[in-house]
Amino acid sequence: LINMLSETGLQVIEATSFVSPKWVPQMADHTEVMQGINKLPGISYPVLTPNLKGFQAAVAAGAKEVSIFGAASELFTKKNINCSIGESLERFEEVMKAAREGSIPVRGYVSCVLGCPYEGKISAAKVAEVSKKMYSMGCYEISLGDTIGVGTPGSMREMLAAVMKEVPVGALAVHCHDTYGQALANILVALQMGVSVVDASVAGLGGCPYAQGASGNVATEDLVYMLNGLGIHTGVDLQKLMDTGTFICNALNRRTNSKVSQASCRL
Amino acid sequence: EPQASELPEYIKIVEVGPRDGLQNEKVIVPTDTKIELINQLSKTGLPAIEVTSFVSSKWVPQMADHKEVMRGIERHPGVQYPVLTPNLQGFHSAIAAGATEVSVFGAASESFSKMNINCSIEESLEKFEEVTKSARNMNIPVRGYVSCALGCPYEGNVVPEKVAEVSKRLYSMGCYEISLGDTIGVGTPGSMKKMLEAVKKEIPLSALAVHCHDTYGQALANILTAIQMGVAVVDSSVAGLGGCPYAKGATGNVATEDVIYMLNGLGINTGVNLYAVMEAGNFICTALNKKTNSKVAQASFSTGTI
Repeated sequence: LINMLSETGLQVIEATSFVSPKWVPQMADHTEVMQGINKLPGISYPVLTPNLKGFQAAVAAGAKEVSIFGAASELFTKKNINCSIGESLERFEEVMKAAREGSIPVRGYVSCVLGCPYEGKISAAKVAEVSKKMYSMGCYEISLGDTIGVGTPGSMREMLAAVMKEVPVGALAVHCHDTYGQALANILVALQMGVSVVDASVAGLGGCPYAQGASGNVATEDLVYMLNGLGIHTGVDLQKLMDTGTFICNALNRRTNSKVSQASCRL
Repeated sequence: EPQASELPEYIKIVEVGPRDGLQNEKVIVPTDTKIELINQLSKTGLPAIEVTSFVSSKWVPQMADHKEVMRGIERHPGVQYPVLTPNLQGFHSAIAAGATEVSVFGAASESFSKMNINCSIEESLEKFEEVTKSARNMNIPVRGYVSCALGCPYEGNVVPEKVAEVSKRLYSMGCYEISLGDTIGVGTPGSMKKMLEAVKKEIPLSALAVHCHDTYGQALANILTAIQMGVAVVDSSVAGLGGCPYAKGATGNVATEDVIYMLNGLGINTGVNLYAVMEAGNFICTALNKKTNSKVAQASFSTGTI
C-alpha cells in the first residue's frame, strides 16, 4: 500500500506507529514495515511516537520524522492515554529533546479540536493554548484534528481564528473526519483562511471508533478532486490514487469510502 | 476570504426526496408510503416539499400515482407542495388534482435535453412557456430547474454562459425561482463559483437556488460556496434518497440532514427540526429496506443520539 502511495505524487505518507502492540495490535509490525518500504527521495514517511521509547525504536528502524498526539480535551486525554494534558506534554518534551538532538522533525497533532466524544463542546481558546505549547516545544507543524467529525464550517472558522493568533498559519494543518459529512466543507473554509496542509486517507480508510459503523477519515481521492476543481496544485495523480484505493479495498475485502472512486466505477 | 457576515441569515430548504429522490430509487414505493413520508416531512418545519410529478406513467412508473398522492397528503399551512409539470397537459392535470405550485425542468445541455425529453432546449422552453402562461392566468407560481449546470453526462463540460442564458429565459417567462442543478455531481467549488458569477449577472441572487448532487462527495462544499456568494435557497433530499442514473451504484442527491447539520453549525436559520427529518429519513429507509445516505443520520443512530 505504502509503495503504491509513493508513486502517486503524495509528498508525505504516515507509515506506522511505534506504540506497544498490546495497545495497537494493527501496528505491531512497525519495525518490519518501516524497514520494508521503498523510501523515495522527496517523500517524507513520518511515524507516530507516543513516548521516548517509541521514538528510539522508530529512529533505530530508520525513521526520519516523527509525530506526537496531544489533545484539547482533558477527559479525552485521560481516557486515551491515562494522564492529563499537562502530563502528556511533559512526556512529549522528552521526545522533543531527543528529536532536537537527532535533527528529527516532529509534527504535533491536536485531537478533539472541534468537539470531544466525552466533553462535548471544546473551547477554541483551549485548542489555541495546546497548539501554542506544542509549537513552542518545537513541533514544525500542528495538525488540528476534528476527531469525531462533528465540526462544521462555523466551528472550524472560530477555532482557526483563535489558533492563528498563536501559531503562524504556515505551520497549521487540518485533519478532518467525515463522520457527519462535513469534512470537505470544513477543509474548504480552512483553505479560505490560509491553511495549506490537509490530512486525508486513501479510500477514506479508518472508521470512527466512537460511532459504530460511521465513517472517519476524509477520502484523499475526494479531497484531490475538489482541489483540482479549485485549480489548486497538489502534485497528486488522481487516477494512480484511485488505483491504490482499489488495491487496499480489495485486500481488505471492503467497499471504498471515496465517492469519487465509487462514481468512477461505471458499468 | 469571505466573512461570516456575508452568509444569509435564513436559508430556505426545498425538500425533493418524495419526487426527485423516490424517482431515482429502483423499488416502486406504495402510494400510502409516499403519503406518509410527505406527511412526516410536513411536520419538520421544511417550507417546501416537492410532492410528485405529473408526467406520463409510461416514462416514470414511480410517479404513476401522482393524482392519489396529491389528493392524499395533508396540506400544512405555510408549506409549499410543488409538483413537476413537463407540459401543458401535465399542468392541467396537476391543477385538477389540487396543485398550487408547479415546476418545469430545463437543461443547459442540448444533448441532455435531446436524450431526456427528445427535443432541443429551445423546443422545451416553448413548451414551458405554455405552462407559465397558463400558470400566470391562474396565479400559480412556477419554479424553473436548469439541469447540467456544472457538467453533462453526454457533453462533459458546460459553459457558464449557457447556464446563464437558459436561466434567464426561464426567469423572463415567469419562473419565480431558478434551481441550478449539478445533475451528475461533477461540480466543485471552483466550477460552482464560475457558474454562479455568470448566472447572477442575468438573474437576481434572491431568485436563485442550488440543487447539488453528492456523486463525487462535493455537494456540501459546493453548497457552502453558493451560500457564501449569497444564494439562500438549497434543494436536498431526506436520507439522500435518489441514486445517480448515470453512474451505477453511485449516490445522487445530497442528504437534507447533512445540509441542515452544516447550516445549524453556521448559525443559519432554516426553521427545520433536524431530528424530525432524521426520523422521516429512518421511516423511508426502513420502508425501502435500504441504508440511509445521510452521514449525520448514520452517525447519530450509531452513537445513540437517536
